[in-house]
Formats: sequence, C-alpha cells, structure tokens
Amino acid sequence: MSEKNLLMLGTRKGLVTYQRNGKRWNVRDTSFLGIPVSLTHVDSRNGTWWACLDHGHWGQKLHKSTDQGKNWEEVEAPKFDEGMEVKTGDAAAVRYLWAFAEGGSEYEQTLYIGTEPGGLFESNDGGNTFSLVESLWNHPSRNDHWFGGGRDYPGIHSIVVDPRNSDHIYIGISCAGVFETFDRGKTWAVKNKGLRADYLPDPLAEVGHDPHLLVSCPSQPDALWQQNHCGIFRSIDGANSWQEVTQQNGPAKFGFAVAVAEDNQDRAWVVPAVSDEVRVAVDNALCVCRTDNGGANWTDFRAGLPQKDCYDIVFRHALDVTGETLAFGTTTGNLFLSNDAGENWECVNSNLPMVYSVAFVERGT
Amino acid sequence: MPLVNFTYALKRFYPDLKSVNITASNIAELVQGLDKLYPGLKDYLVDEQGRLRQHVNIFNNGKLIKDKQKLSDTVADGDEVFIMQALSGG
Repeated sequence: MSEKNLLMLGTRKGLVTYQRNGKRWNVRDTSFLGIPVSLTHVDSRNGTWWACLDHGHWGQKLHKSTDQGKNWEEVEAPKFDEGMEVKTGDAAAVRYLWAFAEGGSEYEQTLYIGTEPGGLFESNDGGNTFSLVESLWNHPSRNDHWFGGGRDYPGIHSIVVDPRNSDHIYIGISCAGVFETFDRGKTWAVKNKGLRADYLPDPLAEVGHDPHLLVSCPSQPDALWQQNHCGIFRSIDGANSWQEVTQQNGPAKFGFAVAVAEDNQDRAWVVPAVSDEVRVAVDNALCVCRTDNGGANWTDFRAGLPQKDCYDIVFRHALDVTGETLAFGTTTGNLFLSNDAGENWECVNSNLPMVYSVAFVERGT
Repeated sequence: MPLVNFTYALKRFYPDLKSVNITASNIAELVQGLDKLYPGLKDYLVDEQGRLRQHVNIFNNGKLIKDKQKLSDTVADGDEVFIMQALSGG
C-alpha cells in the first residue's frame, strides 16, 4: 500500500484537494468551485473518486472520476420511489448525502450511500444505479422512534463494513442509534445497549440515540467508537455492549468527530466542543483529545492550535488519520495537520470555506 | 407550444441548454419534455416526488406558477415559461 499523500476536503465552496510535498501540504486543485461538497470517497478497490454535492438550488448530486479528479461525470443520485413517504402525508425525497461506503472485497461493484431522510441506498453495479434498502426503511422502529438530530429528518451518517465479512455492516443514524446486519441488509438488529440519550424521557430507550459518528478499528473491527451526542462510547464486542468513556473533568465529552488508529483499537482522537447548546470550542480554545488506553484516560493536545478567541468546531466527517498523521477541518475554515499522532499541530490554511469532510487518499489509487 | 427560457446558472451543468419550444399542456408535462431533450435536467428542477425544488422558480408569462407540488399549472401555445433560481445562500 502506498502512502496516503492526498487530502480531500469537502467544503461549502467545493472539493479542495491537497497534496503532500515532503513535509508540506499544498493545494493541488479545486473541483466544483462554489458548490457545497458534503462528502468524498475514494474506492480502494478500483480507485474511483466519488463526490457528493449539496447544491443550494438543484438538489443532491453524485459525481465520479476515474482519473483522480481531473474529469468528473455526474451519475444519478439515490432517489426514493415516487409516492414514498417519510411518514403519512410527508413525501420522501433525498435531502442530503451523508455517508458513503464501499461494499467490501467480496462485492466489488457494491456501494452504499446513507441519506437524510434515513434511507440507506445500495448499488450493485458500481454506482450506476442505487436502490433503497427497504428492510431498513421498513424497520418497525423507524416510524415512531427515529427523528431528526442536527437535520430536519433522521439521517444515516455512518456505514461501517466489516473488512473480514462484507455481509456484516453497521450503520449509525441520528437520531435512532446503531444498527447491524449480518446478511447484507436483509435483517437488522438494534445495537444501542449501554448508550445513554439524556434528551429522551427514557435515556436508556432501545432506539432514539444520537451517535454523531460511528467508526471501527480497521485491524480490530470488533472495536467500535462513537462520538455520541451524550458523550464518548466504545465497544470491544462488536457493538453488543457500549461503555461510556467520556472524560471526567475534562474537555473530551461533546463533539462530532472521532477517529481510531488503524492498528490500535485503544487509541482514538476527538475534537471537543462545549455542548449541544453552545457549539464552539471549549473555553474558546481548540484542542484535540487522545486516548491510548481505550478511553480510560484522555490527554488534550493544544500546541499549534488557537488558544483564544476561537469558535471553531469540527463536523463529524472532518477528522481523519493515516498512520501518525492526522488532519481536521473546521466550521470556520481552518485546516490543521499533525505529523506526530496529534500532539503538535500546524495550521495549513485559515481561509478555507466551512469544511464538511476530510479524507486522506492514496495517490495513484 | 410554449417557449421555455432558462436561467444562465443551469448552463454550467447543461452547456448546450438554449430556449426551446416544448409540447405540453401543463408545467409537469413541460418538465418531462425538457428531461427528454436534456436527460437529467428534471432532477435539477424537481425532487423525486415531482415537487419544485425549494429554491427554483418557474414563471409563466411573467407570473409565478401556483402549484409547486404537482406542477399542474396549465400552459398554452404562445406562452413563455422562464425557469430560474431563487436568490439564496452566501
């Protein structure tokens, strides 16, 4: 595997691609200038680049590139069938493309897209056509126990395909929680045991949780982490149970993004904000918190990050890690990079648009 | 046949877009007709349930159409339809 030397930023004003030159990162090019890009993905199986666009006027669009972003082709974005409804009397239409995943090594033509309102879409022809995963849409919990969190309708923002078994998939829904399938989406189980939703009448309700982002450790896929609306949670048994690992008397509590080390299930990073009512950096000072022991202890790292007059927060898809290198983009258009596992940071650009997503990419894939 | 004019903004995505006459008795049929000429254009104007996108406006003879849900406003020969974006964003 070659080193990940490209960095793709989905921003409010386009897709900005950075390229690593030695220790420096420089802008390589910008695609879709002026158009919001919610998310990007590079298919590790065939090198196709994908970009999810959120036009202010013209709806949600999906584009792909087979030449690393030099040329893009629009393909038909996921759609609900005519006549479908979110709830009775409320027509279902895709409002946001919020998660993108490839279907694993066993299904080379399979892609998944998660949307608001709460639809998981599957393609089995390399992205030419998508269809709704109806088993999830028809899950008995959806009508009465899924609701909007951060967006008007419930949305699927996390899709985690088990690298050992492509039929085994987790998804994260805000607000509903974590769902799991072992049969590639035919049946789904709720996996929220141990989570706590303080905003619900019953905080331990089976469904209604808000996992802002769900990730797994690539080398130890039974280890899952989530930056939840109500704290930070970890599972080491494949989401059968969750343990809260929120920092006591420290900043690592509320936030959106979480990243886990590729080779160490106990090492993870979050970028805290104050709270759901006050979505700014804690004490107006930006920090990245890291744990090396599964969340038992957290250390906040601040070197190179603004420590006063700072209002930045980091959206759920805007933090990524490759080896010892981390990057995150903020709501106020800053891009920060660290080459030492998050201990020291450099501001690469303070003039970007609002950053929605950050992803390291292998050059040449 | 009504004549359809477009906002310049759509030419970014459909460079060959130009004013065109479309056989239609209402706006919904007109949008379907446009989609045959310019595949995919419908998805820029309406959502998958056929509702006019929130920040798109369609005028017929200078008047904003009334039915943004089903696009049932009628059109007739000689009408001039203008498809434009609502001003929004920043």
